[in-house]
Amino acid sequence: MFLDLAVVAIATLAPLAARPALAADSEVALAIKDHRFAPDELKVPAHTKIKLIITNQDATPEEFESYELKREKLIPANSKGILFVGPLAPGRYEFFGEFNQKTARGVIVAE
Amino acid sequence: MLAAALIVFREALEAALMIGIIAAATRAIAARGRWISFGVAAGVLGSLVVAGLAGWIAALASGNGQEIFTAAVLATAVAMLAWHNVWMARHGAEMAARARGLGASVVKGEAALSAIALAIALTVLREGSETVLFLQGVAASGNGGALSVLGGGALGLGGGALLGAVIYLGLLRVPLRWFFKVIGWLVLLLAAGMASQLARVLTQADLLPTIADKAWDTSALLPVDSLLGVLLHSLIGYDATPSGVQVAFYCAALVAIFVSMRAVAPRPSQPIAT
Repeated sequence: MFLDLAVVAIATLAPLAARPALAADSEVALAIKDHRFAPDELKVPAHTKIKLIITNQDATPEEFESYELKREKLIPANSKGILFVGPLAPGRYEFFGEFNQKTARGVIVAE
Repeated sequence: MLAAALIVFREALEAALMIGIIAAATRAIAARGRWISFGVAAGVLGSLVVAGLAGWIAALASGNGQEIFTAAVLATAVAMLAWHNVWMARHGAEMAARARGLGASVVKGEAALSAIALAIALTVLREGSETVLFLQGVAASGNGGALSVLGGGALGLGGGALLGAVIYLGLLRVPLRWFFKVIGWLVLLLAAGMASQLARVLTQADLLPTIADKAWDTSALLPVDSLLGVLLHSLIGYDATPSGVQVAFYCAALVAIFVSMRAVAPRPSQPIAT
């Protein structure tokens, strides 16, 4: 049932993806390079759904993770991943790369 | 080394706790060892395959492949746990008699065992594929520290397995009159926790609305990255700041499985179902 739901949802979303982002969504790009996030501080609008586009430029996989955002996504080596967060209440939301926690750290600031 | 141990421990814990609970739940069923081992082995093999295909899976469905794959894995695992629990509710008296050593013959439960073998395989696969990718990345980076990271990984795996064994042995000490009731609730909460995670991955891919980003916030009281938080997350799906839709999925799974268990459970006055 959930699979059906997912398929239906994809079918509805696919045409949306081809169009420019809806006004309600805000797109933010994030890069992973040398096991660090660039930029390491992202300012995003509060109360808005955010589409986060993460590009891993390293030759090793990384896992974008955040307890505050409740997000966890594996970004394979030299590839791109998309995930959605929010709409967020104003505040600071820390995130990190689980596979390189010492260096890969950053924060999303919703305001 | 410690960081690697911690990462692998966290991944191993969820699967280990589940296997511990399932192993206790099926104590009265013949040939459970074979099915559980089969589930673990299939899960490990699946981890390697999924890790190998990670790039391909991630690129599916315009970048949402990973979420849809994880959602399918979680939904199947929830369904299998639910089915197992309903089966247990139906055969509870029979199992209790067998566990007391009074059962006339071994309880035949091939269908229930195949369901739990699948649930175990899927959970091991979900947690294991991440571990494989992490260790692969470390090995590929070619640092001199690779050996120490692998050592840490082994330590983390051992730690997870140890906790799985602790919960198994602990559960076996529960008096028989409560045993199947306790197990039923544990599996029920485990399944509800997975349903909540299912909602989370679907919101991550924007296939479900969050309803509210935070239904509540108990991160100051019990952080989800503390040891107790991690344990409760694995066992009953604890989340410090769940979204509204996660809470909805959790409750829906809880109620649906509970009602199904009630519906099939034989009344105490009736003779034992055969």
